[in-house]
Amino acid sequence: MSDITPEVIAGHGLDDEEYANILRILNREPNLTELGVFSVMWSEHCSYKSSKKWLRTLPTEAPWVICGPGENAGIIDIGDGEAVVFKMESHNHPSFIEPYQGAATGVGGILRDVFTMGARPVANLNALRFGSPDHAKTRHLVAGVVAGIGGYGNCIGVPTVGGECTFDAGYNGNILVNAMTVGVAAKDRIFYSAASGVGNPIVYLGSKTGRDGIHGATMASAEFSEDAEEKRPTVQVGDPFTEKLLLEACLELMATDAIIAIQDMGAAGLTCSSFEMASKGGLGLEIDLDKVPAREEGMTAYELMLSESQERMLMVLKPGREAVARAIFEKWELDFAVIGHTTDTKRMVLSMSGQVVGDLPIDPLAQSSPELDRSWTPAPARPVVTADEVPAPNDPAAALGRLVGCPDLAAKRWVWEQYDHMVMADTVGRPGGDAAVVRVHGSSKALAVTSDCTPRYCAADPLEGGRQAVAEAWRNLTAVGARPLAVTDCLNFGNPERPEIMGQFVGCIQGMGEACAALDFPVVSGNVSLHNETNGQAIPPTPTIGGVGLLDDVAGAVTIAFKAVGEALVLIGETRGHLGSSLYLREIEGRTDGAPPPVDLEAERRNGDAVRRLIEAGRISACHDVSDGGVLVAVAEMAMAGGIGADIQVPADAPPPHAWLFGEDQARYVLAVNDAEAVLADAAEAGVPAARIGVTGGKILTVGGADAISISELKAIHEGWLPDYMSAP
Amino acid sequence: MQAAVIVFPGSNCDRDVQVALAQSMGAPPCMAWHGDSDLPAVDLIVVPGGFSYGDYLRSGAMAAHSPVMRAVVERAKQGVPVLGICNGFQILTETGLLPGVMMRNAALRFVCRDVCLRVESTASIFTRRYRPGQVIRLPVAHMDGNYFTDDETLKRLADQDRVAFRYCDGAGKSDVAANPNGSLDDIAGIFSKERNVLGMMPHPERLADPLLGGTDGRPMFDGLIEALAA
Repeated sequence: MSDITPEVIAGHGLDDEEYANILRILNREPNLTELGVFSVMWSEHCSYKSSKKWLRTLPTEAPWVICGPGENAGIIDIGDGEAVVFKMESHNHPSFIEPYQGAATGVGGILRDVFTMGARPVANLNALRFGSPDHAKTRHLVAGVVAGIGGYGNCIGVPTVGGECTFDAGYNGNILVNAMTVGVAAKDRIFYSAASGVGNPIVYLGSKTGRDGIHGATMASAEFSEDAEEKRPTVQVGDPFTEKLLLEACLELMATDAIIAIQDMGAAGLTCSSFEMASKGGLGLEIDLDKVPAREEGMTAYELMLSESQERMLMVLKPGREAVARAIFEKWELDFAVIGHTTDTKRMVLSMSGQVVGDLPIDPLAQSSPELDRSWTPAPARPVVTADEVPAPNDPAAALGRLVGCPDLAAKRWVWEQYDHMVMADTVGRPGGDAAVVRVHGSSKALAVTSDCTPRYCAADPLEGGRQAVAEAWRNLTAVGARPLAVTDCLNFGNPERPEIMGQFVGCIQGMGEACAALDFPVVSGNVSLHNETNGQAIPPTPTIGGVGLLDDVAGAVTIAFKAVGEALVLIGETRGHLGSSLYLREIEGRTDGAPPPVDLEAERRNGDAVRRLIEAGRISACHDVSDGGVLVAVAEMAMAGGIGADIQVPADAPPPHAWLFGEDQARYVLAVNDAEAVLADAAEAGVPAARIGVTGGKILTVGGADAISISELKAIHEGWLPDYMSAP
Repeated sequence: MQAAVIVFPGSNCDRDVQVALAQSMGAPPCMAWHGDSDLPAVDLIVVPGGFSYGDYLRSGAMAAHSPVMRAVVERAKQGVPVLGICNGFQILTETGLLPGVMMRNAALRFVCRDVCLRVESTASIFTRRYRPGQVIRLPVAHMDGNYFTDDETLKRLADQDRVAFRYCDGAGKSDVAANPNGSLDDIAGIFSKERNVLGMMPHPERLADPLLGGTDGRPMFDGLIEALAA
């Protein structure tokens, strides 16, 4: 009787049609190892079967793009012979099951994606979405995830410089942990994953293979139910020290000319890495599983192929260069084993104890894996909420206090103080600003990096939300003075088998694509995480955008902090007082309805370019983009950062004051400037709306001379929420 | 004048110290690998921060037994100045060059932030460029910086003017809020009896460049180089 029963097939997440397809491809029944390989390679996580069709519509090209999506990470040119390599990836499912190790290995995985291409990682970011603070698991998940990210990044010695941390009941059953790494490589020393040449040695590097993480990719491609906790053994365990050794050893070996191709072992471990390398090179591989360094005796072919043990790499070496490579890896005390060689058969032949234990064609499992055209329904449009439908607060200062102290806007110092954000001694713009600024080592250039998404906008209108996520990332880079160059995306959604979820995905992609095209901000890498659902309840659509920009002169970077008293505040961009789906509406009125603010991509471009020119001309002493909470929150954040107050004047021709103060119209920035006349003249010349809205000074924030709240009181509220929440009994 | 920075597998502030020393010296220091038992003849040794050997045992415990540290201990006994920063401080206590132990931070969390320090003694080659009682700002970044020792040793450190820095607030006052890790008597750094070994948790190499937000670390390197080059 066959081992491959319907239960075994279903247990591998394969449906009837997929299994019929396997029988057709093999012309025979697969053995268990082969079935396992099909299962992970065709999982949503590895194959992108539901998303491929739509990902292809995203703009991916620009003159400065060296490598777009499809490799381990995207690469852009920053001049002077240097390139930036970056990517964002999700580790949502494992982090919910085991927050410390789930988050830690998420960081480890994305670091490997970047250094496998020859780059030294220089910055990490993390976009975290937790459930409601009232939910029983939230505190435990926050503590574990933050400790895990810190535990890994701090040890390996790459600064964690930015990210997001927000809370919403929509994530109660599925938190999001999106980790991003940015690295710098010499442009002429970039390494890719396509194998080439026949008879070349396949080398296994790094940690030994254990029984951890088997079927992690399949687990990440299914919904959770009540038994999520039972999946804990599918989460891998991280070893940042070994990763540090692997990083240094790889970079040392990359300085020689021994490597033909290299690929990290991430999701689906040895299976995915070997199939990818062979498929991209149009080759076959023969692998002797007896040669794979194993942590335990008696591991089966199935376990060796599907283990997701961390800190491992696969590499094709030039013939005759094994000794050079071996010496470097032995110096770093890492495993190094030749486990097979390349062939021209386009087949993967696995052997163990002299027997063939698997013989599979490469392409049907990799490049030509199944692609689905899932049905989708567009999200219904929501009515616009006008300002007169929203009551004005009795006390704007008190409303401001509630906003800066709400979980989403409260200071995240408790989080980023657990991350070493200064190691490598190039962190010029630390966490807490619009974008972090990291100097390119040994130069006067700097990278600006940010991660952004406003899930409540995406839920209200996926198309507009997709546009807005890209626009906000672009704006945050602009606000520090950087030229935005490219993005990586991490697309987190529910179950794609439901047309309304697929509709959210399609809408967000369309919006992102439009914004990326309009802003010359192409997508160069990314990751899709679907099935973020528990008991049929999907997360809010969350396409996280990681943006990277360049400053030619690091000394020209600006921050959000007020620097001096008596400076004029200038608001760039048009203010209509849009309150639909705003933070004000949610936090003060308890409503989550209304269309989100429309994104005018031409205005974004024009306003942002004007702001960047003003920064480059040295006319701006502080700059902050206007986002959650509107103008008053933006000014309050600038005041708190600088320890200097301000008085705001609502213009006479403005919308109702509460809509002007708290509305979330896009394409806007608040500037603190010394010479307001000159800035207003420059803005007028650029055709950009600009208005003087106040002046810095004192230790209090006032609106029209009244409604005062002191900076120290604001700060106490803003800084207090998260530490109080985490230490509450 | 020549300096050496010790590199363990898992060191991660080695390059940062190298850059800070090169800035003050005008030439880069040499980097000494953990497996080397003979160190070149140098005038200054720096044991940098990081996670030597992963620090999966007690922080610094494994590094203290590495071949290169045997050489460092020998040089220190001959009077060569040795600066241990963060993990370097942990390693120096584990070797016995400095008294006391480093416990987990009182809050049980990693802490990375700027702290204020009061310069308690300028009578050393490391602190000669600061003013007595001067309040300086440097970052900390550690999980195990909670310095502890017995009463007798603590008294001896005080009597012999061997506390280099104490955590304080911006006005120079020490209290619980200003201490990032719960260390005994707010100690942030201590000297050996002969004053040629300094261990400190804060990172002077991280604030020795105005672009990074401060330069209070720079006088330590400038002072060392000036004294040793003379």
